[in-house]
Amino acid sequence: MSRQQRRPRPQPTQSGQSGVRRSTLGRGGPPSPVIGQPVPSPTLTLDALGKKCPIPIIMLAERIGDVRVGQIVEVLADDPAAKTDLPAWCALKSQEFVQASTLPAGWSFLVRRSY
Amino acid sequence: MGYPRPPWRFVIRAVRQGLSHRAPRVGNVAYFDAASAEPLHPSAREALLAALDDGWADPARLHREGRRAHLLLEEARETAAAEVGCRPDELSFTSSGTQAVHLAVLGAVQARQSAARGPGHLVASAVEHSSVLNAADWLARATGTAVTLTGVDGLGRADTADFAAAVSRERTLLACLQSANHEVGTLQPVAEAAAACRAAGVPLMVDIAASAGRLPAPDGWSLLTASARKWGGPAGVGLLVVRKGTRWREPFPADDREHHRVPGVPNVPAVLAAAASLTSASRERGSDDAALRALVALIRAEVPRTVPDSVVYGDPDARLAHIVTFSCLYVDGEALVTELDRAGFSVSSGSACVADTRQPSHVLAAMGALTHGNVRVSLPRDVRAESVTRFLGVLPPIVAKVRETVRADNASRSAEPPQEVTA
Repeated sequence: MSRQQRRPRPQPTQSGQSGVRRSTLGRGGPPSPVIGQPVPSPTLTLDALGKKCPIPIIMLAERIGDVRVGQIVEVLADDPAAKTDLPAWCALKSQEFVQASTLPAGWSFLVRRSY
Repeated sequence: MGYPRPPWRFVIRAVRQGLSHRAPRVGNVAYFDAASAEPLHPSAREALLAALDDGWADPARLHREGRRAHLLLEEARETAAAEVGCRPDELSFTSSGTQAVHLAVLGAVQARQSAARGPGHLVASAVEHSSVLNAADWLARATGTAVTLTGVDGLGRADTADFAAAVSRERTLLACLQSANHEVGTLQPVAEAAAACRAAGVPLMVDIAASAGRLPAPDGWSLLTASARKWGGPAGVGLLVVRKGTRWREPFPADDREHHRVPGVPNVPAVLAAAASLTSASRERGSDDAALRALVALIRAEVPRTVPDSVVYGDPDARLAHIVTFSCLYVDGEALVTELDRAGFSVSSGSACVADTRQPSHVLAAMGALTHGNVRVSLPRDVRAESVTRFLGVLPPIVAKVRETVRADNASRSAEPPQEVTA
């Protein structure tokens, strides 16, 4: 193979960052959806699409008290910071981050009220 | 006869001795963004002004003006090499820290790539400076090099097991680990990473931009990069060190400057000022470090106590003395930076709304830290304790005010249609 020969370009990953592979061992980023388990249905859905952080977090903090302990709140958001900040808020506030899933525009985050 | 004491002799003496007197800060303002740019050290200023008259010529020429510029350049190289702990011929001056990183990453990877064995892969911690990640991304697109970003813990420290596992994989061309994180101040386990790289026969690039002039360079590196602006030198000077025996090939069109490593004529006065301030910074390190560490400890203790719903990030002990980062819930970083600026405090933020790209800080994201309401305070060496005390006084009411504004804005905007669907 000659040096000039074009090497195949890597396919872009889902995150849109061309060619950069995230190590699966890393602890960063939101947990991936659990495959093969039924998706729990939310009791309350908060639509924060089009809203910049920290608004999605503020909406969640204000409304999580509206569901009973053990029930699930879904937050819809498209601000990239929400991907990090929703799990981070759950960790800080000891609420359970259930999963994040990708929507055609933005993401859906499920949070279970723990207390 | 004629020119009894050529000014460049004073310049060289200044570089060697490291001048240390300081200009007092004026007014009721406090600059807390030393991690972006440390204010110009007085020794840098003096060396720069003196060298402007003596170091303007092309140092590659054989005439007297050229020889004088060459002398100053080599003096700067020897001084910087002594501080960094390398041979002078291993060190090249670049036009920025970013350029140093790009040359280090691209040159090391391309020297080890072979068409016959495929493009190989590069390892970097997920919290490296964006210049490292951008160089890696460029290599991925241009040459098909695979990039493995390894994880960090909640303090921002690279996971050594993850790093070592990635390095020991087949066809690892280069591993990159910073000496300390530029956003949260956590020191990185360079010794462990270096041991893993040695065992695997992989070169290690250590970016010491955040710690140069503040901590001695760690051991075990094959390539070293730094930026003068971060230690009190002028902007537009970086260091690229390629250890003897490390394979490296110029990634850009060939040029005979700086041991064939960096294109273009170096800015000799700026380079000299960078070397002078590196000497000064290293000499004053002992006294500065303790004072900065005490002030940072005060901020780390006071912010969570006085600001409700705030978190301080980074390792409490194994850290840089001058950087402290915290996030406040329910606040946007841009408003916080703006309000603090209005109150006379210059800070930076890793929040998405502050970045040009509108992306939150990749460092905070990799740590799983809150990216909104983020503030990075990085104290310059001449910081006054009362500035920090005053900052701690104004912060709680400013956060409360911004929280109130954000909530009120959101309430008025979502007043018209109902925003939620109840199942």
